[in-house]
Amino acid sequence: MTADASTIDTVRSEGPEEAGVVATQALGFWLYLMSDLILFSALFATFAVLSRGLAGGPSGKELFHLPRVFVETMLLLASSAACGFTMPAAQGGRRRAVLIGLAVTFLLGAGFLSMEIREFREMVLGGNGPGRSAFLSAFFTLVGAHGAHVFFGMIWMLVMVGQVAVRGLTAPVRSRLSRFSMFWHFLDIVWIGVFTVVYLMGVA
Amino acid sequence: MFGKLSFSAIPIHNPIIMGAVVGANLVALLVIVLITCYRKWGYLWKEWLTSLDHKRIGIMYVILALVMLLRGFSDAIMMRSQQAVAAGGSPGFLPPDHYNQIFGAHGTIMIIFMAMPFLIGLMNVVVPQQIGARDVAFPFLNSVSLWLTVAAAWLVMVSLGVGDFSRVGWSGYAPLAEKEYSPSTGVDYWMWAFQIAGIASLMSGINFLTTILRMRAPGMTLMRMPLFVWTTLFTTVLIIFAFPVLTADLFLLALDRYLGMRFFADAWGGNLMMYVNLFWIWGHPEVYIVILPAFGIYSEVVATFSGKALFGYRSLVWATAAIMVLSFSVWVHHFFTMGAGPSVNIFFSIATMMIAIPTGVKIFNWLFTMYRGRIRLSVPMYWTLGFLVNFAVGGSTGVLLSVPPADYVLHNSLFLVAHFHNVLIPGALFGFMAGFNYWFPKAFGFRLSEKWGRLSFWCFAVGFNVAFLPLYVLGFMGMPRRMESYVNPAWHPYLLIAAGGAAIILAGIIFMLIQLWVSIREKDARRDPTGDPWDGRTLEWATSSPPAVYNFARTPVVEGLDAFMSMKEKGTAHERPDRYGDIRMPKNTAHGFVLGGLAFIFGFALVWYIWWLAILSGLAMLFTVIARACDDDTHYTIPAAEVERIEEGRRLQMAQGPRQAEGQAILRPGGRPVP
Repeated sequence: MTADASTIDTVRSEGPEEAGVVATQALGFWLYLMSDLILFSALFATFAVLSRGLAGGPSGKELFHLPRVFVETMLLLASSAACGFTMPAAQGGRRRAVLIGLAVTFLLGAGFLSMEIREFREMVLGGNGPGRSAFLSAFFTLVGAHGAHVFFGMIWMLVMVGQVAVRGLTAPVRSRLSRFSMFWHFLDIVWIGVFTVVYLMGVA
Repeated sequence: MFGKLSFSAIPIHNPIIMGAVVGANLVALLVIVLITCYRKWGYLWKEWLTSLDHKRIGIMYVILALVMLLRGFSDAIMMRSQQAVAAGGSPGFLPPDHYNQIFGAHGTIMIIFMAMPFLIGLMNVVVPQQIGARDVAFPFLNSVSLWLTVAAAWLVMVSLGVGDFSRVGWSGYAPLAEKEYSPSTGVDYWMWAFQIAGIASLMSGINFLTTILRMRAPGMTLMRMPLFVWTTLFTTVLIIFAFPVLTADLFLLALDRYLGMRFFADAWGGNLMMYVNLFWIWGHPEVYIVILPAFGIYSEVVATFSGKALFGYRSLVWATAAIMVLSFSVWVHHFFTMGAGPSVNIFFSIATMMIAIPTGVKIFNWLFTMYRGRIRLSVPMYWTLGFLVNFAVGGSTGVLLSVPPADYVLHNSLFLVAHFHNVLIPGALFGFMAGFNYWFPKAFGFRLSEKWGRLSFWCFAVGFNVAFLPLYVLGFMGMPRRMESYVNPAWHPYLLIAAGGAAIILAGIIFMLIQLWVSIREKDARRDPTGDPWDGRTLEWATSSPPAVYNFARTPVVEGLDAFMSMKEKGTAHERPDRYGDIRMPKNTAHGFVLGGLAFIFGFALVWYIWWLAILSGLAMLFTVIARACDDDTHYTIPAAEVERIEEGRRLQMAQGPRQAEGQAILRPGGRPVP
């Protein structure tokens, strides 16, 4: 056979290489995050439109306790930082450090979530549940959608702890960890928006 | 225990619905009996239901689309015949309650369960082959998308016999869709089916955008991609931007209905226009999501059957890109009558008119591609020509509607119904039919009958005009849409003509089924051993028909537009490589099918308030996803020797098999037969 111009070397065409696969998965995950951001932007828009629809009920000024939300925010940011410190450990193959890092990330996330649930609980018990007014519907939905993401992120973390503990830091596990870290930081960014638009502008 | 579900949910008192239910169940039973008789359950499960092969997933998508086309069309026939008889105060044969469910079901099914699966199915079969790839970027996600779509379609079908369907129309406007005004399960069926199918479409969008951006063969730069790949890319971008808004909107409606929230309740500070705005921020791009892939199909068909490269490839790409961007700035034209004021309306009016410019560019591209081409009038080309003529009319009436004062007169009238059918049927459906006829030999290895295909086309084209042109007139006469009976006798003759048009389209659908039946029976005589029955220009014709599971034994190298045509011209199209390599492919898995089944149970449980079942199936879905995520053994290797055996078999077939040419000799412009 003569030189074949219409094909390339088989070694390259034998299924995508590992690095290529990881990059493809990362791109797909970025696209998912962008779509999720659009979902949040629809919820933000709804909140902006309905934030004055109090229907005689309480406003954010009467309901929000900024110091508590500040602590919540700090917990989530610290959790993201812990997650950030975990990633170099994963690339370096330090399994123990990864497990500790994930545990700290998980606990800080759980702290954030429990504070949010307590806030919700107090509001509902005080007669200011999501059915009280359109403003409160929008509040519970926007903040709750973020909280639900944090919750599923924590389930994801548990699965990753299991995979790291059982399988070690294999290539697929490391690749999943990197996407988890993208997800966790993404939730941070959304929370900054929630903190500003819902809480800071809500009490202003 | 069973929530709101009881035996009274089955509409035994309605003979029309019960007839349809019994008929559908008999057909299902027949299929089950046939599969059992031929002992095909194992084959079906191993080779199809659990398959991650993009071509098989695509075929299953198209089968779903065709089944739902029949269902959606029977709704259309019922509406047309009801309006043909319910004149001058006569109640007709459909009670208002049933009629109101039918138009909602028709719209929902045709857009979400016919058009979307059809285009995603064609994308699945074709796009990876056109870019020289072996599969999509995420084969498992692809399977999940398919089975979620099937689950959602199944929910709609079940609503026929258990409970009812939404009476609120396919767009489900609040506050009518709120629990206060629609307390029955109808809106819930509609909402969850829509929601599940929407999430499946979003997954497909992410999957195909990643596939196109990452999996192209070496040498295939963006500006060397076939037009169908381009339009798929634009459609997936639209999907990723638009569908999350729909997800959010339906989610808000669900919260209002299930948890007593107040998003769309005016008295509680809510805003019903919030629903309408969010719906059409998805809904208008959705029109282009459906139509752009069809534009891609026309581009492929015109170039192939004119024996020429596309005229103005770059301008066609940029025109499509312009439509993609503009499609997000026109949604308010669906409710100019909301009263947003002249400044808002005029912005959206001008943006709407501007879409006509890139669309016009495309029409001229296709016309000039045909100009001085060596045109072969095969079935796909018929559909394309039918599109060009009819779509121009539909586009013009759209420009008319984009003028707010005119819209104030024609809003919610049959003029509007005529307009959007005039763009969606010739625009999208004709394209899918062209693609169906064009790529059928690729997917199955034999060609469809030209004779029955042409008959089907003519019935569709003539029937469409007879059915919808009278609706324009009725719109000017002031007839609103969605009327189940009327007193004005002047409308009656036009509605009779429209019903006749629907009957002609019915003949077109029957001929299409005959076309399938006849072609399958004669498949040995119609076999295409070359893999390239139309003298194609793009890479999907370089593979065998049907292609091997890996599509390309060796990844092709692309050197320009119309990659396969230039390979044929250089004589390198079917060169034997000096050696074959091992190929890694994804293993089949049942997780996608299981997820679809669970999603159906989840949706059904939510519709009927069976909370324990909803929680159980939700948890089961979560565990299925986790189980799949913990499976690292997802690929298998086809050894080089096996690849060589398959490829040599194909060479033998090509050398022996006579070329099938029905009605026309397949010659290249130089008069030289294709090798």
